[in-house]
Amino acid sequence: MDFAFTDEQEMIRESAQDFLADVSTSAAVRAAMATELGYDPALWGRICNELCWQAIHIPEEYGGLGLGFVELTILLEQMGRRLLCSPFLSTVGLAANALLLAGDEEQKRQWLEPIAEGRLTATLAWAGRRGRQDAGAVEVQAQAQADGDGFVLSGVARYVPDGHSADLLIVAARAPGSEGTAGISLFAVPADTAGVERRWLPTMDQTRRQAQIRFDGVRLGREALLGEAGEAGAALEKTLQLAAVCVAAEQLGGAQAVLDLTVDYTRERVQFGRPVGGFQAIKHRAADMMLQVETSRSAVYYAACVADEALFGETSCGELPLAASLAKAWCSDAYFYCAEESIQLHGGVGFTWEYDPHLYFKRAKSSESLLGAASWHRERIAQAIL
Amino acid sequence: MKISFSAEDERFRDEVAGWLADNLRGEFESLRFRGGPGDEHSFPEERKTWERRLAEGGWTGVGWPGAVGGRGLSINQQVIFHEEYARAGGPGRMGHIGEGLAGPTLIAFGSEAQKARFLPGILAGTEYWCQGYSEPGAGSDLANVKTRAERVDGRWRINGQKVWTSLAHESDWCFVIARTEPGSVGHRGLSFLLVPMDQPGIQVRPIEQITGTCEFNEVFFDDAVTDADNIVGAPGDGWKIAMALLGFERGVSTLGQQMQFQNELDQVIAIARDNGQAQDPVMRQRIADAWIGLRIMRYNSLRMLSGPQDGSLSKAAMIYKLYWASWHRDLGKLAMDVLGPEAEILEGAPYDLTRLQSLYLFTRSDTIYGGTNEIQRNIIAERALEMPREPRLG
Ligand SMILES: Cc1cc2nc3c(=O)[nH]c(=O)nc-3n(C[C@H](O)[C@H](O)[C@H](O)COP(=O)(O)OP(=O)(O)OC[C@H]3O[C@@H](n4cnc5c(N)ncnc54)[C@H](O)[C@@H]3O)c2cc1C
Repeated sequence: MDFAFTDEQEMIRESAQDFLADVSTSAAVRAAMATELGYDPALWGRICNELCWQAIHIPEEYGGLGLGFVELTILLEQMGRRLLCSPFLSTVGLAANALLLAGDEEQKRQWLEPIAEGRLTATLAWAGRRGRQDAGAVEVQAQAQADGDGFVLSGVARYVPDGHSADLLIVAARAPGSEGTAGISLFAVPADTAGVERRWLPTMDQTRRQAQIRFDGVRLGREALLGEAGEAGAALEKTLQLAAVCVAAEQLGGAQAVLDLTVDYTRERVQFGRPVGGFQAIKHRAADMMLQVETSRSAVYYAACVADEALFGETSCGELPLAASLAKAWCSDAYFYCAEESIQLHGGVGFTWEYDPHLYFKRAKSSESLLGAASWHRERIAQAIL
Repeated sequence: MKISFSAEDERFRDEVAGWLADNLRGEFESLRFRGGPGDEHSFPEERKTWERRLAEGGWTGVGWPGAVGGRGLSINQQVIFHEEYARAGGPGRMGHIGEGLAGPTLIAFGSEAQKARFLPGILAGTEYWCQGYSEPGAGSDLANVKTRAERVDGRWRINGQKVWTSLAHESDWCFVIARTEPGSVGHRGLSFLLVPMDQPGIQVRPIEQITGTCEFNEVFFDDAVTDADNIVGAPGDGWKIAMALLGFERGVSTLGQQMQFQNELDQVIAIARDNGQAQDPVMRQRIADAWIGLRIMRYNSLRMLSGPQDGSLSKAAMIYKLYWASWHRDLGKLAMDVLGPEAEILEGAPYDLTRLQSLYLFTRSDTIYGGTNEIQRNIIAERALEMPREPRLG
């Protein structure tokens, strides 16, 4: 047991922190979020070509760097801290893990290599219109072709991260009449496949794009199916659990950022002849924010270690569902709490478009519902312990 | 970053569990899950006998260096020891103030003669300690200590009063913060003295607490004496040493404390399952939240223990007291809420509390002793976040 970063992990953290402080400034975030694409392709190109972050945890046999899930969360934490607008979470945190868990060797080579090389963005389309975010939320239907050995997809997927721009869609679809996690299949669907209709959904949090995707009798060959037909429920659940750990890491970074913003601002802002940060009412609230940040850090790093074991370990780590729910529940509340406090402690400027707290406040809310809100994850834990 | 224990450590876990299974029975069976905060008044003599059994097995001072007679376990093995001890229901340690506070302070700051005189008694479970810091006028503001000590005839002569002194009535020695420089104020002029309790100049009066039991006391010093050698560090070093000691309080034994918390939470869960509260959606959320909070407490400790081990508190570690104290207090309330109307019914008259009632009432002190929640927030804001310091008047 050694629950501290190795020197190499610390180096990754520092270089990510420094790079993003330079390139993902408030001005850069605001410029990116004003575009329909939602990120700056030139910056994404630098991330892929110079830093290879998109390859970080993809195994070497598929062209990746072969590092672990802890390294992945280190990057995500820093991205969340700087509100980096990018297709990283969708491509690496969702699609790549789905491919790793559900694809056969050939499919992994076919899709993970271009992802690792930075030539392909991807996402996971799983949730339907009812607003649920778990594996049971799948509404798109997959039917065997009457006239071949392929499938036909029909229905709507909603809230798909970067769904309007991703090159490849990993689509969860269910056998007609199936429920819950039964009957679910995963397909690798190039976004330009005939019958795929994508629509950008403008969102309150503008730092992460969402889309609605309609599948209008989309005909897929057998090779699009990842794993066995109707048997991908477990792989989808595990993908979503891993992604929940990824989002929790982003949330941790965001919570740290609003704490830093708030401490800096209240140390400078003078009222009644002294910095407002000297008033105990403010100091104590900042201390409570720090408590939320540090406990989130413990939750995220632990969950990252568990996720690493679950994805790459010899045993199929049974602890992942609980560790993921724990981290997502805790960090969702922590980030929202810190973000709302940061607006309050900034006073009037915290309510303006010009200052940054609202960007984090909005991101905190959207991250909360992404992949299951805190209360949903707590109920998952309740089911396990009660 | 790695969260699993090595095979060797797991073998050590079996060894600890095996020893406890062999020894924590017979005359000691009734001590299981007894003692500790809120239950310190139970079986003090029997628990002292248990301390000596532990000592014979080599299970006292497990984290102390071998050179001073400790077991010198690695951090990982200390974690394991404390976890297994609590899991087996090992009784609250009568010797915890000596082993956790007095001993480490002497190891860090004491003279060779002091170490030779005092450490063996702590390790053997034959000498017990209490902490004489707080006074009527010096609670959160510890530097306001008024108790005086002066050198007379080759001894320190001590006059003044301490308060809230836990287990003073069971202790052989007290470490006392006293003012040795007449006329000094604040943290200057204080010294760290080791004072024998059994003497005519010391009077111990129990204070009845919210639970109706007495674990802490007022201690009156009326020309009390101790040998001139019984000062740790030099005169005037008292504040520095007192503060270092507070750092030792956040050591590995917290992992054992958490295993105790887990035992308490398990009880609450068992009751909720039994009385149907486990079906209530709001209760389910609260219980899950408590479960999550306790897990995170463990991960926090593991992070702290993986950092520098010099007793210095890293910034991130400063949240620890505020966090566990608030969590534990909330658990006490949750326990009562899960019990519902049954929470009111005592074990018996006049005021015989059940374990959970005692937990509920006693946890009100967790957010007060060892630095109140408010003081913890000041510390976090000022030392970790570097926000402006509190103005100090007078
Ligand atoms: C069960 C128990 C066991 C104890 N055992 C021991 C022991 O063995 N040895 C020992 O020496 N002491 C012991 N104590 C004493 C304990 O350390 C003190 O009670 C504690 O430090 C608080 O001091 P006080 O009680 O004087 O409260 P006060 O300092 O008077 O505080 C009153 C209120 O004011 C708040 N406050 C004070 N200063 C500030 C500030 N600067 N900013 C904001 N709020 C402030 C406090 O948070 C609190 O809410 C024990 C206490 C308890 C409850």
